[in-house]
Amino acid sequence: MTTTTITTTTTTTTITKGKPSTFYETFERKAGKDKLTTHYCPGCGHGRVHKLVAEALEEMGLGDRTIFISPVGCSVFAYYYMNTGNVQAPHGRAPAVGTGLARARQDSIVISYQGDGDLAAIGTAEIVHAANRGENMTVFFINNAIYGMTGGQMAPTTMVGQKTLTSPYGRDAATEGYPMRMSELIATLEAPVYVERVSCTDVKNIHKCRKAIRKALQLQVERKGFSFVEILSTCPTNWKMNPQDSIKWIQEVMEPYYKPGVYKDKTAEAKPLPKSAPITDPDELRRILGLEKGKTEAKTRASIGERRIKIAGFGGQGALTAGAMLATAGMNEGLQVTWLPSYGPEMRGGTANCSVIISDKRIGSPLVMRPDVLIAMNRPSLDAFEQEVAPGGMIIVNSSMIDRKVSRSDIKAVYVPFTELAAGLGLKAAANTVAVGAFLAQEPLFDRERIFEVLRTSFKKKEAVETNIRAVDEGFNFGRT
Amino acid sequence: MQAKLPFVEIKSNQCKGCALCIDSCKPKVLSLSKAFNLLGYQYAQYANAGCTGCEACYYACPEPGAISITKEKKGAVSA
Repeated sequence: MTTTTITTTTTTTTITKGKPSTFYETFERKAGKDKLTTHYCPGCGHGRVHKLVAEALEEMGLGDRTIFISPVGCSVFAYYYMNTGNVQAPHGRAPAVGTGLARARQDSIVISYQGDGDLAAIGTAEIVHAANRGENMTVFFINNAIYGMTGGQMAPTTMVGQKTLTSPYGRDAATEGYPMRMSELIATLEAPVYVERVSCTDVKNIHKCRKAIRKALQLQVERKGFSFVEILSTCPTNWKMNPQDSIKWIQEVMEPYYKPGVYKDKTAEAKPLPKSAPITDPDELRRILGLEKGKTEAKTRASIGERRIKIAGFGGQGALTAGAMLATAGMNEGLQVTWLPSYGPEMRGGTANCSVIISDKRIGSPLVMRPDVLIAMNRPSLDAFEQEVAPGGMIIVNSSMIDRKVSRSDIKAVYVPFTELAAGLGLKAAANTVAVGAFLAQEPLFDRERIFEVLRTSFKKKEAVETNIRAVDEGFNFGRT
Repeated sequence: MQAKLPFVEIKSNQCKGCALCIDSCKPKVLSLSKAFNLLGYQYAQYANAGCTGCEACYYACPEPGAISITKEKKGAVSA
């Protein structure tokens, strides 16, 4: 914090330059007793860059507008420290998360802070495309030529000959390729406005780094688009050096290959990006996405408790679709629903099942371990899940394809020939809709009309809608008897 | 309490002993302690004289709050 006290009545003041207010005063989220220091190793480059960013945000008055995206890597815990908005993104995906933030919150300052393992390996696609779209965000890319958090493995940025845990004899370009120069790569794209590489080493270069960070942030304030600052940074622990030698190593080994400098600067000609108002009204979103079709007002909520349903069959039998139908209809009824599919990679054949929960209360987890109702569309499904059904529950058996009876006596068994009934309508593929009808006959959670609404929005052909409606009715009538 | 301006203040229990501030210090008025702090590190300390207020140590230090610099600023309108 910069505190200012007046020492004279004229023009001399005493100032203290200390911890910027864009750092939390104490790091409450950090585990352990020590809430004042970072989790970084002694001499780590991250701390310096955090400080430079925090200082810039404070002095530019941007702290309250900033969303700081922590990556995966050592800086995964940046949200312990930054007194800004914070989001922690999955590995490599910070630029994708940043894209969403920058578009939805156009007055926010979006900072994607990423290491080299995160940005140049698993997140290569995200960074390249965010840069290529020219998103109005700033990326600080911390390049220390190694995976730090996981214990010093080779990264795409590891120098040729550099020894790491996974290149114990040194990186060999013949087998592992060459260190990736991300700044040069990003600079070849049309959209980025400002790309610079700096080296966070001695006082002179730290100040260059400080300047680059400010310039990138200023560009974003002016909505001029995508800015990228690569910062060569130390990792004494994984380089197995003391902090002094690690600074020297950047200067002597990294800098000749990763040359510091401005790789692109279109600041002068870049025009501010226009702002578009994001749509947040749920009704408007429904209209745009075509989701309001066939949706009628939810009835007064029935007290149904929580019903856990598992629907299982061959891939292609429509078990997943049947579940989605039930869940969608339940949602339109105004109930809480979840739908969780589980299937192999095959489009047809293989096995597929889905778990559906329909409840009058909020649902804690979409996992169904003990279903109240099992809809078994084929024999392997009955064999696999019969024992999982909760005592007092029910199994609806596709008797067209399952030649055995339910063996348990503590549950209700209902036999409906889904496939035959569907075939009778001339549409064997509608076995799943027959199953839905049979289910509703046993478990009247809502009126069949809800399913019809879903069918009307799922099929384009009027004929298909009508056949499926008839299939629901067939199953319903059969299931009642 | 007021030391001679400018001066550097090092919170010994926030120092991890990396000594990068010591290297960065032109007038060479910082050194490493013999004693250990609560974190188990030998910490940087100021000789209590000779600081020029250049802020080099502030930027060299990776810890957010370990180092602060107090100095006079001329020509500033009171805030």
